[in-house]
Amino acid sequence: MIYREAGDFKTSYRDDSQTFPIRLDRWGYYAIMAVAFGIIPFVINDYWANAVLVPFLIYAIAALGLNVLTGYAGQVSLGTGGFMAVGAYAVYKLMTSFPDVSIVIHILLAGGITAGVGVLFGLPSLRIKGFYLAVATLAAQFFLVWLFNKVPWFYNYSASGQITSPTRTVFDQAVTGPAATAPAKYLICLVFAFALAWLARNLTRGSLGRKWMAIRDMDIAAEIIGVNPLRAKLSAFAVSSFFIGIAGALLFAVYLGAAEVGEAFGINKSFLVLFMIIIGGLGSIFGSFAGAAFLVLLPVLLKNFLVGNMGWPTDLAAHIELMIVGALIVTFLIVEPHGLARLWRLAKDKLRLWPFPH
Amino acid sequence: MNAMTQDGYVTADGRQIGPVVMELKNITLRFGGVVAIKDISFDIRQGEIRAIIGPNGAGKSSMLNVISGFYHPQDGQVIFKGQPRPAMKPYQVARLGIARTFQNIALFDGMSVLDNIMTGRLNKMKAGFLSQAIWWGAAEREENENRAAVERIIDFLEIQNIRKTPVGRLPYGLKKRVELARALAAEPNLLLLDEPMAGMNVEEKEDMSRFILSVNDEFGTTICLIEHDMGVVMDLSDRVVVMDYGKKIGDGTPAEVRSNQAVIDAYLGVAHD
Repeated sequence: MIYREAGDFKTSYRDDSQTFPIRLDRWGYYAIMAVAFGIIPFVINDYWANAVLVPFLIYAIAALGLNVLTGYAGQVSLGTGGFMAVGAYAVYKLMTSFPDVSIVIHILLAGGITAGVGVLFGLPSLRIKGFYLAVATLAAQFFLVWLFNKVPWFYNYSASGQITSPTRTVFDQAVTGPAATAPAKYLICLVFAFALAWLARNLTRGSLGRKWMAIRDMDIAAEIIGVNPLRAKLSAFAVSSFFIGIAGALLFAVYLGAAEVGEAFGINKSFLVLFMIIIGGLGSIFGSFAGAAFLVLLPVLLKNFLVGNMGWPTDLAAHIELMIVGALIVTFLIVEPHGLARLWRLAKDKLRLWPFPH
Repeated sequence: MNAMTQDGYVTADGRQIGPVVMELKNITLRFGGVVAIKDISFDIRQGEIRAIIGPNGAGKSSMLNVISGFYHPQDGQVIFKGQPRPAMKPYQVARLGIARTFQNIALFDGMSVLDNIMTGRLNKMKAGFLSQAIWWGAAEREENENRAAVERIIDFLEIQNIRKTPVGRLPYGLKKRVELARALAAEPNLLLLDEPMAGMNVEEKEDMSRFILSVNDEFGTTICLIEHDMGVVMDLSDRVVVMDYGKKIGDGTPAEVRSNQAVIDAYLGVAHD
């Protein structure tokens, strides 16, 4: 009844093509942004930042990046972990080499460097598709992890082989290193997630996004209407890797603080982000956030429930939790293969007509 | 047909046809040992509806693929607007203003009807990456201008009510119409239609014929089509090329072609005695 289009007349194409054409959606979006920017920073504590919100935002950025590549442009990639490592090591080298430059610039540059590496590993996509391309990007994953392990220059010849993030500030607030506070960490991730989601939405609704989707749905037809497949695919790899690089940089610098490449950016990460976009919904900005929330929050909720409410021992809970998450993923994919974004869309379609059946 | 001159001719229904737009000269196309097209020459003139007909496997679709740049002939020249066209990629051919539809529909199933038709205008959208990324300036202006153009085509083809429907959910006849809309959105000089009426019922065929004629009439688009329904071909087209086993066996107005003995033999078969 409240959620409806009727009476909300659009008089220009600009109005008709806006992101949230329905008024209630728009209000909901503003409300969420107001809470995220105006309330949470004042009430957030270390537990919420480290266990829930910061990893959620960082993985949402990575999922957005992979969704651009896989969901919008149709190029399957298993190299996400490797590209996140590029972002992390790039930001580490930049932070230690130019300590006077702002960390924000470093993170953006790290994204740019990852974009370059992504384009390089995206070149095989011009000749191979689908599963074969996935295998080719798997090569990127293993090669990049090997590279960061074997070449000491990347970890500044540290004895442990780890990279450790030094303290850097934004507006005199430490956002990295041991002195960083929960609100500062949360806010820097939120700003990046917000800006990048907006960027992704803009890119996917314009001509570039249509080129990507055309290549995804039918590459021959795309070519016949004038899409240059080389540029479309490589631009998708570049944009996607830019996002993933920033996610990697934030994961290392803000969230982990110290990282060892095999552990932090292994093949597990590639699969985790891939599951996020499959569960969230391919080709959907909302889906990237929903998928990241699902896979970040679910283990936390389960753990709290099993250990906190049921009083199980922590180690038992940890194992059961893995099994439950796995089972839930399988069940979920059987019930709704198109992901949370599709469930959300169906719910909205029903709401539009509610309480009338037709 | 009145006398054919360098500058064109006047059709039976009184339309003025212009000079040659696309000329195919001695085209030969081979796939290994199979000769799909053997030494074929014909031309397409400004503003006319040109049909290519022939029995199955005659090489009609191969011919269309040569024109749209999918296949590169081993011999012969493709001359577009007086310029010999070098071997090009399909997307480069599209930029010359040649649009086409496919025999088995090639739409983007995951996108809405509107987005599908908007892809037809990709070559007209020039906004830079940055402008698109922040959705300000050129990108937004361009989007709305092209949306207006696309809406005119949507009105023209009477598909307003399915504008936001995902293409995958549409019935066959409407998909064909959306594909025509996408080709039209590019405002092509030359529109290639590969069996636009295949698999349609009579009403749908009538609708599609009407749209093809109006496109030609209102936008002055030159059309080259392949079709199996003889009634449709004879009614719609100004000139017809007939192919059989990769060779050209007839070329002329529908009336001329119909009375051509080689064409009758190809279609009805001929007694070998």
